[in-house]
Amino acid sequence: MNTESSDRAKVKLSCRNVWKVYGAQPDRFFKDGGKQIRDTAEHAASIRESGHIVANADVSFDVHVGETFVIMGLSGSGKSTIVRCLSRLVEPTTGEILLDGDNLLKKTDAELIDIRRHKMGMVFQSFGLMPHLNVIDNIAFPLKLQGKNETERYSQAERVIKLVGLEGRESNFPKELSGGQQQRVGIARSLAVEPDVWFLDEPFSALDPLIRKQMQNEFLRLQSVLHKSIVFITHDFHEALRIADRMAIMRDGAVVQIGRPVDLILNPADSYVRDFTSDVPWEGVLRAVDIVEQPSGSLEGMGRISGDTLIGDMMGYLAGHEEGVVVEGDGGNVLGIATARGVVSALAAGGGKEPTSAKRYA
Amino acid sequence: MLAKFDRGLAHWLGVIVATLACIALQNELSWMSEYPDSLIVPFADLLNVVMDWVVKNFGWFFLGISWLLEWPIKGVRWVLNSLPWVVSVFLVCLVAHAASGWRLSVFALFSTLYMVVIGYWEESMNSLSLLAISVPLAVLVGFSFGVLGFYSRRAEKVIMPTLDVLQTVPAFAYLLPILMLFGFGTVVGLIASVLYSFPPMVRNTIVGLRRVPDEVIESGLMAGATPSQLFWQVRVPSSTRQLLLGVNQATMASLSMVIIASIIGGTADIGWEVLSTIRKAQFGESLLAGLVIALMAMIIDRVSSGFAARSGDYDPAEKSFTQRNRYWIGAILGTVVFLVLAQIFSILSEWPRELEFSPAQAMNDGLTYLIVNFRTEIETVKTLAFFFVMLPTKIGLQMAVSPFTWGFALTPAYTAIYVIGMIALAAICTIRWNSRIGIWILLFSIFYYVGLTNMPWPAVLLIYSVGGWKIGGPALGIGTALGFGFLAVTGIWPEAMLSIYLCGIAIIIAFLIGSSIGIWAAHNDTVSAIMRPINDTLQTMPLFVILIPFVMIYKIGEFTALLAIIAYAFVPAVRYAEHGLRNLPEHVIEAAKMMGSTKWQMLWQVKVPLALPVMMLGLNQTIMFAIAMLVIAALVGTNGLEQIVYIGLSDGNFGVGIIAGIGMAIIAIIADRMTQAWSRKRQTELGLETS
Repeated sequence: MNTESSDRAKVKLSCRNVWKVYGAQPDRFFKDGGKQIRDTAEHAASIRESGHIVANADVSFDVHVGETFVIMGLSGSGKSTIVRCLSRLVEPTTGEILLDGDNLLKKTDAELIDIRRHKMGMVFQSFGLMPHLNVIDNIAFPLKLQGKNETERYSQAERVIKLVGLEGRESNFPKELSGGQQQRVGIARSLAVEPDVWFLDEPFSALDPLIRKQMQNEFLRLQSVLHKSIVFITHDFHEALRIADRMAIMRDGAVVQIGRPVDLILNPADSYVRDFTSDVPWEGVLRAVDIVEQPSGSLEGMGRISGDTLIGDMMGYLAGHEEGVVVEGDGGNVLGIATARGVVSALAAGGGKEPTSAKRYA
Repeated sequence: MLAKFDRGLAHWLGVIVATLACIALQNELSWMSEYPDSLIVPFADLLNVVMDWVVKNFGWFFLGISWLLEWPIKGVRWVLNSLPWVVSVFLVCLVAHAASGWRLSVFALFSTLYMVVIGYWEESMNSLSLLAISVPLAVLVGFSFGVLGFYSRRAEKVIMPTLDVLQTVPAFAYLLPILMLFGFGTVVGLIASVLYSFPPMVRNTIVGLRRVPDEVIESGLMAGATPSQLFWQVRVPSSTRQLLLGVNQATMASLSMVIIASIIGGTADIGWEVLSTIRKAQFGESLLAGLVIALMAMIIDRVSSGFAARSGDYDPAEKSFTQRNRYWIGAILGTVVFLVLAQIFSILSEWPRELEFSPAQAMNDGLTYLIVNFRTEIETVKTLAFFFVMLPTKIGLQMAVSPFTWGFALTPAYTAIYVIGMIALAAICTIRWNSRIGIWILLFSIFYYVGLTNMPWPAVLLIYSVGGWKIGGPALGIGTALGFGFLAVTGIWPEAMLSIYLCGIAIIIAFLIGSSIGIWAAHNDTVSAIMRPINDTLQTMPLFVILIPFVMIYKIGEFTALLAIIAYAFVPAVRYAEHGLRNLPEHVIEAAKMMGSTKWQMLWQVKVPLALPVMMLGLNQTIMFAIAMLVIAALVGTNGLEQIVYIGLSDGNFGVGIIAGIGMAIIAIIADRMTQAWSRKRQTELGLETS
């Protein structure tokens, strides 16, 4: 998870000032293309007063190439709507969706179908499998719609079946599979067309906690191989922390904060974000790089670890090595050292901020 | 809260006062007791004029269609009749096996053999050939309208009420305009059965397409489906089960209409056989022929619902060609083999007359014996029901009670006791439970004293309209008033009341019996297991057939009709009561158990109140079933609207028949809306999900 470099990477998908308003006349609030809007919150409030529903209010973010971008929010926060706006399953009321710099909202229906066929894949919360098709036909379904012949379809489907580990299940029907297996089918299907952009709408929310954990690991493994540009929706903050390169927190249709998980934890934008971050197990979020201190003496004979190492994973080592451990950067350069004292004080301080909030540990 | 409650009570007290005033005044103001003839709008004559005009100017068009449709029917009929019976039997069994396995196949074998041996093979095939054309047509028409309704809300708003009317207008009323437009012949049965059977297909299509989960549609869209790909490769296959359910319902409706349509005669099918034998009082024969229809209905139902249930089970793709196509191969091979065999042994192609076996005569003798020996018992049941239930409801205690019927005359003293007793009962109930029950008792006692047919029509209209308003809001109230207004204005009020009277008694009895059995079945698996096949059989049984046993014992008359209606209409009450009681939220039952409620407390204070909304849907279905049966019961001599429809049909009086038919549809639709609205209201109050 190299978060530093993705910030500088090329933007794959860009969401600019997107609004989605449901109601009788949503367009009348954006007569000049939304240019007159000064205060988002104020404008959203005035729309709501008129009896319309604001699902998304002025949402903007960029998804970089090869990045996992997580959108996190509680139910009703507009996260599912925004991911549907990105693929135009839901038509935004106003704003721009740029895919490789090209405005998706200007595309004709035929162009859109073509983009969906070749550039996009989507995984759904309740899987969205075709009940009348078996596993391999479900996975090959997008290829069938493209008019590919059976041999081509099946060979391509067989490849992704291997990728998600569903070998031997090809002729089963969705209802014969467990939830986890069904979602593997969903994942395989979305990958069958080798999309650039991968949308996952709460893909693991319908699964049991143990299976969910397993599928998250699976997802991380896949992403480490595939390097897709990903928009991942979840309502589970811990899930977001595990898999996000960067994440956005949404509330009432608007984005509250965007940043790396650790940025959100260390600098929550407001009390809403802090509510999520407050019960985060710091040792599972903070990494060695976050607690480095300048070495006071020689580094001779000390152990070395990568800056990406989670604090939780180095505590055992530090317990036996009072002098600490050398923290390395990507290229093997020395960033500093991490010590047991540093870990304890970071944990005690709640990630280095707000030492007063003792009750979060109560 | 209190003010609102009081206002409701005041409204009802107002209604009661108004009703009593109407009753008191009806001797002075004759227009109250009887809707004046001079104010009757001659809709019937108008309709006749319009119809005559259409027939005169466009008759050639309809006759042309009729001529065109005649050919496929003749073709199928020719094929089915010229095939040796053994081939048809084989194919039926094979289809049964494909649909649901060996058991159905064996059942189909015995059923078809019965048709052969009893000597009704040709008649059965004639009915089947009509069905073979009407079902595909109905499915096609229904699917098309369903798709239209699915895509266009505006179309749906037109389609849905039209379906309501089509499904509630009595079957005989359908035949009338078709008969006039298309002329006599088998085509009338075909068109009537298409018209009667496509509505369920429309409903199921709309429901099926609408129930496809959003995410399935979205995943189709994300896979890059074009609109037509999305429809044919995502929506339609995802809703196969519901669509096949529609096919099943359409088929059953089609069959029942094909049978009913044989009333116009000249069809030489199995329905005609039943009718003509009933008319000749050959009850043994009619029962045997009726059994053929029942067996046909059961096979067709099981086969089509079998396919519906099976959709989704697929053969694994790796099976060989022979395995995948085993039914087709079997069908071809079997047909060839049996064709050859039929050439060699003529008994396999045509069952010889002398080998036909009919226990009809023995059955007739047995019946005669039964009736002669148990005459007193049979008569007593009828007399009791007639004197104490039917007559008072119809003409009121004031006229029904006489020394001849009840053994004493209704003196003013008795009347006073009745009045005081009822008022006291209402008062007690109001104090003990609530004022609504008190009001109901008062209204009911007025009805029972005066008699439904003697009630002044403005009072009846008022009571029903206020009832509709209280249950379903102003729209339903106004709708009810307009509907009953139609009955009055068109001059069919007296007959409408006779229909309501007969149906009403039957519904109350059917609902009480049905719910009791349903409650029992919900607590006893054995009862449930026994009732299920009985219910299934009664529901698939064509209506004619249900009449037969009652006609055999009680001959024609209102009492026979009553029994037949009860026998048909109690089934949904059983089903819904059992379903409602068996699917209550578990935590409520557990909570009640933990509070230490006894079995009976549990039933009456927890389960029944909670299941009541579902049971009311059962009542709704009971009403619909009862009205459907009432129409057919016109054959055994009733006096209500259904009889006018029937007479209209036999006299070819289009206007009169249609008006009466619409009248029945109005009654049915009002009853439907009221019970549904009540059930919905109750369900929301209880926070239960509408099932």
